Amino acid sequence: MTVQELPGDTAAYRPTPPPAWQPRTDPAPLLPDPEPYRVLGTESADAVDPELLLRLYAELVRGRRYNAQATALTKQGRLAVYPSSTGQEACEVAAAMALETRDWLFPSYRDTLAAVARGLDPVQALTLLRGDWHTGYDPHEHRIAPLCTPLATQLPHAVGLAHAARLKGDDVVALAMVGDGGTSEGDFHEALNFAAVWQAPTVFLVQNNGFAISVPLAKQTAAPSLAHKAVGYGMPGRLVDGNDAAAVHEVLTEAVERARRGGGPTLIEAVTYRMDAHTNADDATRYRGASEVETWRAHDPILLLERELTRRGLLDDEVRKAASDAAETMAARLRERMNAEPVLEPMDLFAHVYAERTGQLREQAAQLTAELDAAADAEGEAR
Amino acid sequence: MTTAAAKPATMAQALQRAMRDAMAEDPTVHVMGEDVGTLGGVFRVTDGLAKEFGEDRCTDTPLAEAGILGTAVGMAMYGLRPVVEMQFDAFAYPAFEQLISHVARMRNRTRGGMPLPLTIRVPYGGGIGGVEHHSDSSEAYYMATPGLHVVTPATVEDAYGMLRAAIASDDPVVFLEPKRLYWSKAPWSPDAPTAVEPIGRAVIRRPGRSATLITYGPSVPVCMEAAEAARAEGWDLEVVDLRSLVPFDDETVCASVRRTGRAVVVHESNGFGGPGGEIAARVTERCFHHLEAPVLRVAGFDIPYPPPMLEKHHLPGVDRVLDAVARLQWEAES
Repeated sequence: MTVQELPGDTAAYRPTPPPAWQPRTDPAPLLPDPEPYRVLGTESADAVDPELLLRLYAELVRGRRYNAQATALTKQGRLAVYPSSTGQEACEVAAAMALETRDWLFPSYRDTLAAVARGLDPVQALTLLRGDWHTGYDPHEHRIAPLCTPLATQLPHAVGLAHAARLKGDDVVALAMVGDGGTSEGDFHEALNFAAVWQAPTVFLVQNNGFAISVPLAKQTAAPSLAHKAVGYGMPGRLVDGNDAAAVHEVLTEAVERARRGGGPTLIEAVTYRMDAHTNADDATRYRGASEVETWRAHDPILLLERELTRRGLLDDEVRKAASDAAETMAARLRERMNAEPVLEPMDLFAHVYAERTGQLREQAAQLTAELDAAADAEGEAR
Repeated sequence: MTTAAAKPATMAQALQRAMRDAMAEDPTVHVMGEDVGTLGGVFRVTDGLAKEFGEDRCTDTPLAEAGILGTAVGMAMYGLRPVVEMQFDAFAYPAFEQLISHVARMRNRTRGGMPLPLTIRVPYGGGIGGVEHHSDSSEAYYMATPGLHVVTPATVEDAYGMLRAAIASDDPVVFLEPKRLYWSKAPWSPDAPTAVEPIGRAVIRRPGRSATLITYGPSVPVCMEAAEAARAEGWDLEVVDLRSLVPFDDETVCASVRRTGRAVVVHESNGFGGPGGEIAARVTERCFHHLEAPVLRVAGFDIPYPPPMLEKHHLPGVDRVLDAVARLQWEAES
């Protein structure tokens, strides 16, 4: 066996250069700003439509009250669980307000408020959390996918739906919401990758609220920001102050419009904070200090908006009272309706497993019918 | 127009024809998966579909099974009928969360508001000399998940008829394709009218009187051969091809066992926790007084699928089936 001799003088040898390599996409325009984008408290706030600010304000106040009421309902046993979005209302509201009626929302389990802000009946939005069927609403009627409990698995659905809509020639955009913890899941990666490859009209909104139950972001990712992840897929990443309702609304609206024009998907990271615990079943004092929570309280989304409205002379007692009254009316109505005993039909257990019941399910339905009849008879005799 | 003669066709050709016909008839049918487009699939089952219907209808996706199935869910939500290919049995495992958490229960959790008309094609089983992760029989995982239909053809004709039915179904169907039968041939004319088989019915492939072989997919030809061989021993075996594991055709199976009084379940998936346990239990619960012997199982060993050089020792063959049939002489021995 002979060793192949290198051509010419070995000292002058240079390896054959590989074929010319070109980046597929210039990464520079995809990179997020180094700081979260802000509008409130900056000069650009002057340009925001006062009408929009007032609408955002009314929705934020209503949303805050909704979170408080739903949390109270868990203490009364009327809700099995409620993952509060208190502190994150700006993200929820702006997400819903950036969509047109024909668009679709793909919420995570914490995004009840976005669904309500999109017009979903507040009681229907709580069906899953109440312990009834997963969705209390027809997803097609509201163009809201079922609240999704597994993390990030709704993101590929959003991509598929947006892709299908585009194939059909409809200018529909899908907005998919996920938390910071969800960005670690494989489905997050696969959804972003598919969306970018297919240029599906999808907007991904990550609400980075600091914790995945108890695990802080530093233990979740080593990325410079979650918005930076966009670059690896070939889509723009946007970093926005998630407590600044005007900024979130602007960034989301831009991304939705861009997707609608055929510009492809966007990944938005909204930096915010979960003021309450993960759910009522969680003790947040075990993993974060009171001072951290207080720091964020000074950056409350309603507070930021109130300051701006005051500065522009748009907030008076009348506006405050109108927003507060509307919120109280909603809460009272929600309380009243949630206190009514829900009526469940046991035979529904077999009604929707398949389009047509299988032989096995027919047998089991007959068994349950017999059990229910026997129970009714026993109750009748006891009387 | 002359009717084409029934010259031999392969199961792969019949499956391909089923997709082509479904796509031609219904513009909402979309085929998607890794390599299904330009290459025509690693088994050539989707050959020519991208050329005929365009890449939007037969799409080469990124290599990501959860993404393939997850985006197909969204496409089905918007009114399309995706036909997803998982390429190889064990490659489907990354998609299991989508399958179990969403595909199987979307209709139920939306009270019928959001049915998913999805077909998930999974080439499965061994006998082709595949390396690790290319020969699993994963049907028990699918069967264990309510909300899914699980079907598997064993003949060229059924491959066509059942795939058409799966695509037409308004529910998700896991369509298991026995890899080693892809090239099995049968006289089948793609031009002749072929029945679209309603999902959920077993069929008697061979009538017999002395015992029932309950089987499906790749084990059907094994059982047919065993039944022929058993004639020499004086056994007249009935072979039931289940075709559908979910829903399960208790009626056909139990009618057969009641006639013959003896039953063997044959499949190549491992026995412990495998489909045979469920089938044997169902038959015993329903036919106990008709049984002359315990319901026996002939299955693959309870081992990870073996390397190709040893798989012949794992896969239940004719001899193992005949041994089980011999053990059905329960009454005579006791």
